[in-house]
Amino acid sequence: MSAELGIIAQQFVNGITLGGMYALLALGYTLVYGILLMINFAHAEMFMFGAYVGLFTLQGLSRIAFFTSSGPALLLLYVLTFLIAMIATGILGVVIERFAYRPLRHAPRLAPLISAIGVSLFLQNAALLWISSRSLPFPVLFEVRTFRIGGASISSMQILIIVTTIVLMLVLDSFVSRTRLGKSMRATSQDRDTAGLMGIDINRVIALTFFIGPALGAAAGIFSGMYYGNIKYNMGFIPGIKAFTAAVVGGIGNLRGAMLGGFLIGLLESLAAAYISTGYKDVIAFVVLIIVLIFKPGGLLGESVAEKV
Amino acid sequence: MLKVNDLHTFYGKIEALKGITIEVHEGEIVTLIGANGAGKSTTLKTISGQIAPRTGSIEFLGEQIAGMPAHLVTAKRVIQVPEGRRIFPQMSVRENLEMGAFLRNDKDEIAADLEKVLELFPRLRERVAQKGGTLSGGEQQMLAIARGMMARPNLLMLDEPSMGLAPVIVEVIFDTIKKLNKAGTTILLVEQNAAMALQVADRGYVLETGSVALTGTGKELLGNERVRKTYLGEI
Repeated sequence: MSAELGIIAQQFVNGITLGGMYALLALGYTLVYGILLMINFAHAEMFMFGAYVGLFTLQGLSRIAFFTSSGPALLLLYVLTFLIAMIATGILGVVIERFAYRPLRHAPRLAPLISAIGVSLFLQNAALLWISSRSLPFPVLFEVRTFRIGGASISSMQILIIVTTIVLMLVLDSFVSRTRLGKSMRATSQDRDTAGLMGIDINRVIALTFFIGPALGAAAGIFSGMYYGNIKYNMGFIPGIKAFTAAVVGGIGNLRGAMLGGFLIGLLESLAAAYISTGYKDVIAFVVLIIVLIFKPGGLLGESVAEKV
Repeated sequence: MLKVNDLHTFYGKIEALKGITIEVHEGEIVTLIGANGAGKSTTLKTISGQIAPRTGSIEFLGEQIAGMPAHLVTAKRVIQVPEGRRIFPQMSVRENLEMGAFLRNDKDEIAADLEKVLELFPRLRERVAQKGGTLSGGEQQMLAIARGMMARPNLLMLDEPSMGLAPVIVEVIFDTIKKLNKAGTTILLVEQNAAMALQVADRGYVLETGSVALTGTGKELLGNERVRKTYLGEI
């Protein structure tokens, strides 16, 4: 394979890895928007919070000799780390909704938005004060091997991130389309009042949404820590903005749109870093956003069925 | 079956219901008629739990349901078919119907009821896999009623089912209401189309600015001079 194609393939691999993280985070924005028509600006902090819980869980559990004694035990260690971080962050999401958003549900739409910005600042500063103002190293407890496919190399870390991301997305997708709770989420996002008339407990659905989104964001946060090797109190900001952009590009409120948007922005960013300039890679997400919105204002997979009145 | 007593409901500071008292007996069709803003829809929404009343009582089968959230009222099988159809536009016709049976667990019975409502509305059977949002207004109204029936209602409350529909479709909808009632469903019907509503109703209430102005059997109200002048357009 020529060197040129090798670079493309390499950026593709990197882009999918990055895109997976954006997509996981974007799902949280789109889920909440779909149900409450609200942009949860505190969502980026779920990424950060999840990463910290993940780090501390990993550090704590790895002191137990059993977990580092064999391959399967190490795998269990990582599964537990993800589960604990996702559940803890999910609970944080539910608590935030209960105390910062629910009291404002019937307030003008700007009020919960401002409340969300407040929660975001609060969480960032809490991490800054109580944990550290500097970035903390995120250890990797397994040997990262690199495989060469054609001209590109892919690390076992990247494989882990890509595979886990895709599994989480498939689980979410079938949860929403197949299960009873998933159906109640879809109904609530399409028409909240009418969903109540069907016998759906709207507050439960909203709480569930605020559990799932942050849980996925936490997974993305841990991936980011593993991939880049460190985490910091403000680590959520840039990925948060890009993931939000991904959600809008895909069509906000649309789950598959958020996934598509995440991968698209990750890919384009990687390609831009290789072919334009690394300095411009952060601009790419927004250029894509503008181009998509000019031609498809509702996003790539935005609502296509017109509602009849 | 349903006893609404001295119901007061507010939107902010505006008093939309100023002491509504109505009653629905089992097996009846009762209609609420009146002009825009008379409080017809607000009465239904208060009964179904979408709005909480400030004061007053709503007794259903001997139980207080005033102020209960909508999903708990639905659990009592007091089912509202909302104004403007409000079907789920991104769900197929079948999924919409299944949403109607959300609180039921009896799979076989649900399948049987699905068959029944498709029997009732053959137009829906043809479009069972189509997304709700792609249906015409009349088909959406049929779907909304069918979805309500999927809950096996003790009391079916219809909010303006004829609104914005062609006269032919209105006939179909009213025929269906009569059919459902004959088959044993108790119906509370809110309508602007007073002539049609009073023809099918056993009893009716005329609402004016948040209170009951007149009440009687469908026939009595059809013959009432005030009703004829104000709501049936006679001079």
